[in-house]
Amino acid sequence: MNQAQSFTLDGADVPYRPGQTIIQAALAAGRYIPHLCYHPEFKPHGSCKLCTVKVDGRDMAACTTPAAPGIAVESDTQEINDQRRMLVQMLFVEGNHFCPSCEQSGNCMLQAVAYDLGVMSPRFSHLYPSRPVDASHPEILLDFDRCILCELCIRASAEVDRKSVFALSGRGITKRLIVNAASGRLADTNLAASDKATQVCPVGVILRKGGAFAVPIGKRKYDLKPISARALEDAPRPPGARHG
Amino acid sequence: MTFDLETAANPQGLRRVAIDPVSRVEGHGKVTLLLDADDRVHQVRLHIVEFRGFEKFIQGRPYWEVPVMVQRLCGICPVSHHLAASKAMDQIVGARKVTPTADKIRRLMHFGQILQSHALHFFHLCSPDLLFGFDSDVAKRNIVGVAQAHPDIAKRGVLLRKYGQEVIRMTAGKRVHGTGSVPGGVNKSLAESERAALLKDVYQMIAWSRDAVRLVKELFEKNLAFYEAFGRFRANSLCLVRGDGAMDLYHGGLRARDADGKTLFDHVEYSTYWDYLLEDVKPWSYMKFPFLRSLGPDEGWYRVGPLARVAGCDFIPTPLADRERQDFLAYDGGNAAGATLGYHWARMIEMLHAAEGIKDLLHDDDITGSELMTRGERAGRGIGMIEAPRGTLIHHYRVNEDDQVVRANLIVSTTHNNQAMNEAIRQVARQYLDGKKLTEGLLNHIEVAIRCFDPCLSCATHALGRMPLAVELVDADGRVVDELARGGDE
Repeated sequence: MNQAQSFTLDGADVPYRPGQTIIQAALAAGRYIPHLCYHPEFKPHGSCKLCTVKVDGRDMAACTTPAAPGIAVESDTQEINDQRRMLVQMLFVEGNHFCPSCEQSGNCMLQAVAYDLGVMSPRFSHLYPSRPVDASHPEILLDFDRCILCELCIRASAEVDRKSVFALSGRGITKRLIVNAASGRLADTNLAASDKATQVCPVGVILRKGGAFAVPIGKRKYDLKPISARALEDAPRPPGARHG
Repeated sequence: MTFDLETAANPQGLRRVAIDPVSRVEGHGKVTLLLDADDRVHQVRLHIVEFRGFEKFIQGRPYWEVPVMVQRLCGICPVSHHLAASKAMDQIVGARKVTPTADKIRRLMHFGQILQSHALHFFHLCSPDLLFGFDSDVAKRNIVGVAQAHPDIAKRGVLLRKYGQEVIRMTAGKRVHGTGSVPGGVNKSLAESERAALLKDVYQMIAWSRDAVRLVKELFEKNLAFYEAFGRFRANSLCLVRGDGAMDLYHGGLRARDADGKTLFDHVEYSTYWDYLLEDVKPWSYMKFPFLRSLGPDEGWYRVGPLARVAGCDFIPTPLADRERQDFLAYDGGNAAGATLGYHWARMIEMLHAAEGIKDLLHDDDITGSELMTRGERAGRGIGMIEAPRGTLIHHYRVNEDDQVVRANLIVSTTHNNQAMNEAIRQVARQYLDGKKLTEGLLNHIEVAIRCFDPCLSCATHALGRMPLAVELVDADGRVVDELARGGDE
């Protein structure tokens, strides 16, 4: 059975296929819901909470909540966007996100989401973590201070690469990304530069050595279109559906 | 060894006058004077409270981040830091010679920087002093006053700067703090549409730059004795020159001359600069005092920047600027070329050279080429040197095998000019302040001398005539006995 079923998102009908989550259906229908830890190629994770929407009045993560017939979903509201802005502002102060000198600037989801939500300045006191860069690997460099704990690299390494190079350690505010080697050094893992884990970081933690700043300003991913438009282009579509 | 007026023999009981802040964009500067009961000057010091944190916090960062990060040292001449760091990192990635397109795009970017920075410095920051007088009505001594009294001059200043910024935007990606230059080359060349847009106005920029040179010359002619004597001092000079002795603001060998023009060393490969330059430390300043090693700290200090370059090169490789250089050097028997205010004249000659240089590069097809990057054998040390708008700039890095910066040393133009600026303000203090009751206009004479060297010391708020300035007279016990204040926001 593949009959068109639908729910409403901010008052508009959104069709879905059984098994789709709210965010999958929304993106496929050309409607953007802000997110960071969600990636169309991986199972829902529900950790960043940026895709939180109201489903019939209750706060739910759009990436983990299955679409259901007739539900009323609210996303683009003042209240929800205020909460999203606060979440993004907290992520910015938990790490060292120095966009002016970061090679991921213009290609970074955190930066792009912040722009899209209208975050124009810091709001909270910076924590200024100080975790040494791991530059031991010949092809990949890790800048841990930019991690937003989305676990995409962990999931990619485990589920696609079958290696488990990355993991989280600690709890609460001390939680951090680590490398799965006795020495703690990336060079002592079996990570390869071609691994999926090196391709999914939404921010500037996992960096390929030697290719920084190769794309000029004006041609970087989010220079051309805001993330709300790019995410729709990147979303998987049902056969025959048109992008945009 | 200390210099005359650097340290008072008996400071006890003298009044201390501080000009604090002498505004600057990056950091903080102040001037202190010690005066006796008869207002005689016993000590004058320019303190630059520069925070050189960059050298520390880039340690551990990947080398490719450095050209983008270090340009945040400055909002006026970021391109100079961007390019000096890139040249150093070229050596790290083994790019002994970048491609013609990369070389010319970088040179174009640098000419844009020289043009915009010199225009900003002369028109926005300094022309009010020169057009109205150093102690003229402070309410009008600003760029708004210039726009009212001399609208054509103000407009040209704004548009010259804007043009330079456009050159930077098209080569670096942004008007301020772009990413165009990368280790081993550049990340973009010029599109034909960009080239056409810049060509449309370049001849106007050349004409206006030429007029600016003549404006400074007229200012000298009107008040020659004063202009030549103001803050005058004898000094060695240092600059980069091309292999044939031509002015080259992007690359060359080091040339030093003494106050009489005698060559001390020439065409020195700058990657061995420490064999020729050393830095001295004084207990009263955070900024070091570089000097020529062969002459020692007492005799070896020098000046850098437009005056050192225009007087130090054998010729300027663009015809209009070279004609003006010859005129400048010959003017009044060569006396103008030794004047501290001669910096402005030399600066406008360089602006003309930059405009001509932009024109020449825009007619060179290499700027639209596609060969942007090159690499070679990896190295652990990189040294980049460039002539920034205010003078010679040195970037020196060590990078480990994991691609992380482990050591950095930056010697910026202001540091090279440290002793020279101190000499200039001591001369001004002797000439105009000694024995007189201080006024805002007299204190501005000190700032005028500083502004000859470095626009960072007369920040944007000054451009609007509202530089916050507080002068306190403090007795030996630290009590404020008199004060003079000029607000920043009224």
